[in-house]
This record gives sequence, structure tokens and C-alpha cells, in this order.
Amino acid sequence: MSGPVSPALPTRAAAGEATEQATPGAPRRPRARWGDRLLFGYTWLILLWLFAPILVMIAFGFNDTRSKSNVTWQGFTLKWWGRLGEYPDLTTAVLNSIGIGLLATLITTVLGTLLGIALGRYRFRGQGPTNLIMFAAISSPELVMGASLLSLFVSLGVQTGYATIVLAHVLFSVSFVAVTVRARVVGMDGSIEEAARDLGASTWVTFWRVTFPMILPGVVSGALLAFALSIDDFVITQFTSGATITFPLWIYGAVRIGVPPQVNILGTLIFAVGVVIAVVNTVTSRRRV
Amino acid sequence: MRRKIVPYLLILPGGLWLLIFLVVPLVYMASVSTMTGDVVNGFLQTFHFANYGQALAAYKTQFLRSVGYGLAGTILTIVLAYPMAYWIAFKGGARKSTYLLLVLLPFFVSFVLRTVSWKFLLADDGILLGPLKDLGVLPQDFHILATTVAVIGGLTYNYLPFMVLPIYVALERVDPRVVEASQDLYATRAQSFAKIVFPLSLPGVFAGVLMTFVPMTSDYVNASILGGPANTMIGNIIQTEYLVNNDYPAGAALSFTLMAVMLIGIFVYAKALGTENVLEAAAR
Repeated sequence: MSGPVSPALPTRAAAGEATEQATPGAPRRPRARWGDRLLFGYTWLILLWLFAPILVMIAFGFNDTRSKSNVTWQGFTLKWWGRLGEYPDLTTAVLNSIGIGLLATLITTVLGTLLGIALGRYRFRGQGPTNLIMFAAISSPELVMGASLLSLFVSLGVQTGYATIVLAHVLFSVSFVAVTVRARVVGMDGSIEEAARDLGASTWVTFWRVTFPMILPGVVSGALLAFALSIDDFVITQFTSGATITFPLWIYGAVRIGVPPQVNILGTLIFAVGVVIAVVNTVTSRRRV
Repeated sequence: MRRKIVPYLLILPGGLWLLIFLVVPLVYMASVSTMTGDVVNGFLQTFHFANYGQALAAYKTQFLRSVGYGLAGTILTIVLAYPMAYWIAFKGGARKSTYLLLVLLPFFVSFVLRTVSWKFLLADDGILLGPLKDLGVLPQDFHILATTVAVIGGLTYNYLPFMVLPIYVALERVDPRVVEASQDLYATRAQSFAKIVFPLSLPGVFAGVLMTFVPMTSDYVNASILGGPANTMIGNIIQTEYLVNNDYPAGAALSFTLMAVMLIGIFVYAKALGTENVLEAAAR
């Protein structure tokens, strides 16, 4: 993360010097700039705090530790990369996380997009209750959602596992996708669709050729959000998992006996993929605007 | 006529999903909370409302502690997030979206893994405290793990971005011309902040509180990884009742009480602000 830090600092300082020379006599300006500098340093301090455990995670994937407790630095090694698959149940857990994430994202994106279009485009009876339920899904504690789902599954005799985790992940992320898509639909220029219809396009053709491409950025960011929420989730997953283990569940179970460096490496790899996707998404969406 | 049913067809799948897997389980859990029995012989509905009294009497401490931790964490996130959101919104310039991306990037590491990393960082002989103890700056028996500070710190850390983003969104919407106008009218910088910028940013703070207070209060991961026996929160109790003791009625009574307290608070809160605004801010 040191990449963006180093170029930002000199540019900022240079800009400060330039304006200082431009306004030599103004008494209030320098004080204001001191405040800005303080806030700038503060912002980076908080960012450092946010990244501190991640830097530790990355570094300790290269730690030449002997025991299972990977806490003190013992020297640099690459050996854990070669022994990444040493714990078969850990590999399974990571694959489960990715599979559940993809499946949940697919369902969530379809359901959420339909909800978002309905709420953004139409005025209909029942809009209020729909908003209310979505609001409840966003603001209910995850713990309560997980506990109530488990209560129901237990009494119906439903075996918890892979399918119930997917079900729960769709439940807590669908409202986020709907709200993201709705914001895009509301901001859309309706006259373009009218123009398409005036030119003889059917409702179906208008949707796929005009409406859908216009809301696509909202759908894509909704899908990314859904995947991020799913792969990170712990609480609902723990309640609905049964015998199925995901990556966060495996780590939580390993805390008491010691977390092996393989976890750090897998975390680093997932982080790297996430960073690449996020940067690509930001750059392409900026180009579109 | 055909156009009239279109919106209903669109909301049907998602709406049913929410209805069946959110509303039905919640109603069912309310019913479980007054059942009696055990996991071997099964549970029976006996309208045993004493479950609530027993559960609350037994775990009042943890309930109050959770609300206290949630409040402390929420206040800390506001104090820590506000200056940062302010700087990004007003001084971020062309790099605004880069800074926002940096705030969000930690989310790509599972929050369990980040919390475990904090446990390593703060370990008694770990990379932070170990050297300080060797240098004699800290006494040998100094520790952070298993204290209230560690748990509230962990909560604050994990939920900080949920406070930065809504405050940023609110500040970003402040029209700079309004601030200029106040200064043309001889307001000092402090005055125009206190009278113009801060009031306009309050909806963001409110949305942030909504995004952080509820999950912090019901969290059990931070208390379980960073805390000790004296830091047990209500989430830990509910989790144990459900997943270890299989005492579903007690767990349901506690969850239902927790949810009722949170939802009543939220709805009062949202009513004052308008649901749509809060949802909109929540999505960003």
C-alpha cells in the first residue's frame, strides 16, 4: 500500500508552496492551510490504522515460524507458498466460500435488479411495504436473522448446509443490490426509452437494447457488493452452515489452536484479486462517465 | 391493465424471498421464544412468557454491556470518521475516489481474518507489545487483549468505514456556494462550519449511526477473539444458546428482545428522517 502514499506527499507539498508564494500578505490563509495539513496527515494516519492488520497478515504469510502460533517474526521464507494445500479442509473451505459467493451473487443480482427496476420505475400499491421489508432486511442484526432462520430450519427438520448458506446470503444482500439498481434507474433519462418506442421498438427490445445497458453499471456494482458481502460473511453463515465450512468459519475455528501461515497467504490472494477487481471497476466506471 | 401487473411481477421473486426467509422466521422465532422443552424430546408451545424474564434476569449484565460497547464504539467512530470524511469531501480534489477506494479496500480481507490479525498485533509478546516491553517502556505484565479497550477498539476498527462513507456522501452534497455566501456575510471559518456545514452533514451522521450501532451491539466476533471472560456480549450468549446448548427458546427470547429494542430505536429514528433517505445512504 506504500505505492499511492509516496507520490501523493510530494505533489501535495509542492502545491502548498506554490499557493503560499501567490498570496503573501493574507493573514487567514496560512492558518487554514495548517489545518488542512493536519487533516491530511490525520486521514493518512487513519488509513494506516485501517491497513495495519492487513499488512501484518501479508507479512506473516512469509514468516519462517516453526510452531503453529504465528505471532512472532522468525525470518523470511517462501516455503508456505509451496505447502498451500497442506490442510485439505482449509482448501475445501476456500472453495466453498467462492462457490457460495458466486451462486449467491447470481441469484441476488437477478432478484435485486428486478426489485430495483420495479421500485425505481413504477408507482404501485404495496411500494411502501416493499420498502419497509427491504429496510428491515438491511437494518436487522445479522445475528437475529441467523438465529430466526435456524429456529425455522430446526423445527422443519431442514438439514443446514451449503444450500441454506446460499439462501441466507441472498437474503441479506438482495436489498443492497435493489437499492443500488434503483438509484441508477431513478437517475435515468426516460426520454431515450420513449425515443426507442417512437422508432418502433417493442417493450422487450427497448428493455434489452436501451434500458438494460443504461442500468448495467448499477447492476455490476450491485453484483460486486453482493459477492463481497457473501465471501466476508461470518455471523449468518455460522448459524446456517451445519457441517459445511467456509473460509471465515475455518479461521474462527483455528483461532484457539493457532492460525497457520497458509491462512495468511490465502487471505493475501483473495485480497489481491479483490483489489484488482475494485481498481478495474473504478477505472472503467470513471471512463463511462 | 397489462402495465399494471408488471411491477408486481418484478417484485414477486425478491419480495417472496424476503417474506419467506426474513418475515416468516422472525414471526416463528417469536413463537419459539415462549416454548418449553428440550432438544431431545422436542419443544412445545406452552406460552411460557417466563422465558423472557429468566433470560433477561440471567443475562442483564451482558445486555447492558453490549449496549454500552455499541454506544462507545459508535461515538468513537463518529469522532474518528468525521475529520477524515471532511478532508476527503472538501480537500480530496481529483483523488476523492482513490481515497474512498482506500477506505473500502480492507473489506476484501474477511473481517474475521482482520480481527485475528489484530489479535496477533496486540498479543502480549507480539510485534507491538514485545519490543516495547523489552525496551522497558511498558511493564512486563502489561496487556491489551482480553480487556474492554481491545473489544471496543476492535468494534470501532471493523465498523469505521460504515461511518466514513455516509458522512462523506452528506458532506459531498453540501453546495460550496452556500459556504461562500456565509463567508461573504462575515462568518468566520468556525462559524460557517458550525452553522452551515455541520447541520447539513447530520443526515450522514444519522445514517452512519444506523449502519454501525446495531451491528456493533449485536457483534460477538470481536468479544470472542479480542476479549476475555469479562467482556462477554449478548451476541456470545445467543450464539452459545443456539449452537452449543441447543436451548432454542432461551436463545429466541434473547434474540427477540435484542431485535425489538434495536428495531424500535431504528424506526423512531428513521421516521424522523424518512426511510428512503436512510436506505439511499445505506447503499453507498
